[in-house]
Amino acid sequence: MIPLEFVLMLAGLLFALSVAGIFLNRKNVILLLMCIELMLLAVNFNFVAFARQLGDLNGQIYVFFIMTVAAAESAIGLAILVVLFREKKSINVEELDEMKG
Amino acid sequence: MIQQSVLLTIVLAPLIAAILAGIFGRFIGRVGAHTVTIGGVALSFALSAWVLKLLLVDGAPSVNETVYTWLVSDGIRMEVGFLVDRLTALMMVVVTFVSLCVHVYTIGYMHDDPGYQRFFSYISLFTFSMLMLVMANNFLQLFFGWEAVGLVSYLLIGFWYTRPSAIFANLKAFLVNRVGDFGFVLGIAGVVYFTGSLDYQTVFGLRETIAANTLEIIPGVEWQAITVICILLFVGAMGKSAQVPLHVWLPDSMEGPTPISALIHAATMVTAGIFMVARMSPLFELSETALSTVLVIGATTAFFMGLVGMVNNDIKRVVAYSTLSQLGYMTVALGVSAYSAAVFHLMTHAFFKALLFLAAGSVIIGMHHEQDMRKMGGLKKYMPITYWTALIGTLALVAVPGTSGFFSKDAIIAATAASHIPGARYAYWCVLLGVFVTSFYSFRLIFMTFHGPERFAEAGHGDHAHDGHGHDDHHGERHGAHTPHESPWVVTLPLIVLAIPSLFIGWFTIQPVLFGDYFGTAIFVQEAHDTVAHVAEEFHGSAAFSLHAFLTVPFWLMVAGAASAWFLYIKRPELPGEIANRLSWLYRLLANKYYVDELYQAVFARGSRRLGTVLWRAGDVTLIDGAVVNGSAHVVGWFSGVLRRLQSGYLYHYAFAMIIGLSALLAWYVLR
Repeated sequence: MIPLEFVLMLAGLLFALSVAGIFLNRKNVILLLMCIELMLLAVNFNFVAFARQLGDLNGQIYVFFIMTVAAAESAIGLAILVVLFREKKSINVEELDEMKG
Repeated sequence: MIQQSVLLTIVLAPLIAAILAGIFGRFIGRVGAHTVTIGGVALSFALSAWVLKLLLVDGAPSVNETVYTWLVSDGIRMEVGFLVDRLTALMMVVVTFVSLCVHVYTIGYMHDDPGYQRFFSYISLFTFSMLMLVMANNFLQLFFGWEAVGLVSYLLIGFWYTRPSAIFANLKAFLVNRVGDFGFVLGIAGVVYFTGSLDYQTVFGLRETIAANTLEIIPGVEWQAITVICILLFVGAMGKSAQVPLHVWLPDSMEGPTPISALIHAATMVTAGIFMVARMSPLFELSETALSTVLVIGATTAFFMGLVGMVNNDIKRVVAYSTLSQLGYMTVALGVSAYSAAVFHLMTHAFFKALLFLAAGSVIIGMHHEQDMRKMGGLKKYMPITYWTALIGTLALVAVPGTSGFFSKDAIIAATAASHIPGARYAYWCVLLGVFVTSFYSFRLIFMTFHGPERFAEAGHGDHAHDGHGHDDHHGERHGAHTPHESPWVVTLPLIVLAIPSLFIGWFTIQPVLFGDYFGTAIFVQEAHDTVAHVAEEFHGSAAFSLHAFLTVPFWLMVAGAASAWFLYIKRPELPGEIANRLSWLYRLLANKYYVDELYQAVFARGSRRLGTVLWRAGDVTLIDGAVVNGSAHVVGWFSGVLRRLQSGYLYHYAFAMIIGLSALLAWYVLR
């Protein structure tokens, strides 16, 4: 059996990777969405790992919920993205500074 | 027994009339307005006379009762109530009588004025206010009346509100009176502080308590509380009764229509201060310092304001300065504790000064609103009724033995001579020489107006053929000189009605009012101050008193004043100009009223404007607008300018901030 630490390390790596993706990505909003998705998956790994370790199925049930929400969120995010593209003819993150004070 | 409803009717009849004429003036018209106001005042007068009769003949007891309790605060009752004793009743009759005469006179004087109804409304309102003042049984109501007459006076001085000079004068009157009223309020506050009551009887009952106290206003200096209170109250009287140095408003108030000069600025309102001090006699008697102050101020006013009257050329202003001087006489009488003499002079003065003012107004109508005496002369022929009534008023004013003015003024001079309080010597000389001055300016007025050459023709291109034209065609603007004409009956009737008491009332009333027990407990005089008693010892009936006058100094001073006026203005009319040139500094000093107006303008008016400018620039613009209002906005603006740099609008910045925050939170949670 794979030890818990390995799984947690993988999850941590995935999370750090996605955070780095959010910071470093300056071009594409779709990449942002994907990074967010990746963050959620990292969290899911933790849930599953702990559920197996503790023998509690609740964690795995939670993973299903999170995946459902993530799917819904991606659908909404992509819809916004389409509208955004129609408005600005671009999905470049550098150009999306409408909220600049 | 005097019914409360009677007293209420006396007070409220003029008020209701004023409201009707003022608010519904347009509906009831001119005739309606004067009918309703004259009706109201006539009712007041009739009932006042009846009340006086009840008190005097039937021996009804004085009334002192509360009509309405407005509020009770911390044990201090604020009430509307009436104290009607013989002093009050006398004032009520005088006020309503003079007011009635003035109402009738106004029909003629204001005949062409567009503000006819408004004027009647005001003078009725004045009558109401004055009655409230004299009938009060507590300080609060006294103060109400005090302020209300001041307000009406303000409205009436500025009655012709399109004239800049009238607006200046009414503002001046209002501001100068504020100075006096400030003292008055402080005085009342002092009374409340020591007695905890506003009611006259309670306060008078506790006067020994006040006298036992001292006040430390400036640290280290203790003053007798009663002295401070009395002087503060007298400051109020100085404002209202136009005593030096708060006299400056009265001559300027002549900007108002003549009827109100007669009613307010000669006969009634200006005597409110005198009445108030007489009413407060139980307090004033306890403080010799206050009495001396009153005495010296009164004497100064009596003499020096009379001097100014000697050089003035405006017919109304001469009478105004005469009023100042006569108010000074009354104040002197108060100072020497001859309260009854002061009230007696107040009464006789009300009649003859109202008469003189109305006569002056009649002359002004006849001269088509010309007030400069240098453009008059020889009017006796054209205005016989005005002439004879004015002459009667003058005789009473200069105190020719037998006239009403003689009895009151001689009593004051005799009382001053008998007084021994500090300042009495000075006051005696002032009132004595004042007799000469009074006589001089009064006869100067008569000679310049009614005798001598007819100077009005020179003023313009005369059309003398214009004889016997009716009253209707006189109007405000002057075009050329008209022949003067006698005024209509509504003007001359009040003159005649006022001339009768001016001549005779002193003869019949001196015995009871001054030397009898007329005032009873209304006026309190300490044994040691009782100067009237000294005069009484030498009094053996009106006739003997009059005869004896021929042997006294005041009489001959009066004759000398009349003779020198005759010599200077009839016999040698070129002399006054020469004297003015020879003594030009003195003439200029008097013609400029001792430069008091200029001084006040420079020091108080300009000083307060400068203070206002400083406060405006430094306080308002710099501190409040600059630092507080705009300053706080600027700080917020600057701060948000700094903060807005954080809002880059890039998603990854926000995310970064969130991560940093989350990490910090977690680190704190884990590591603490």
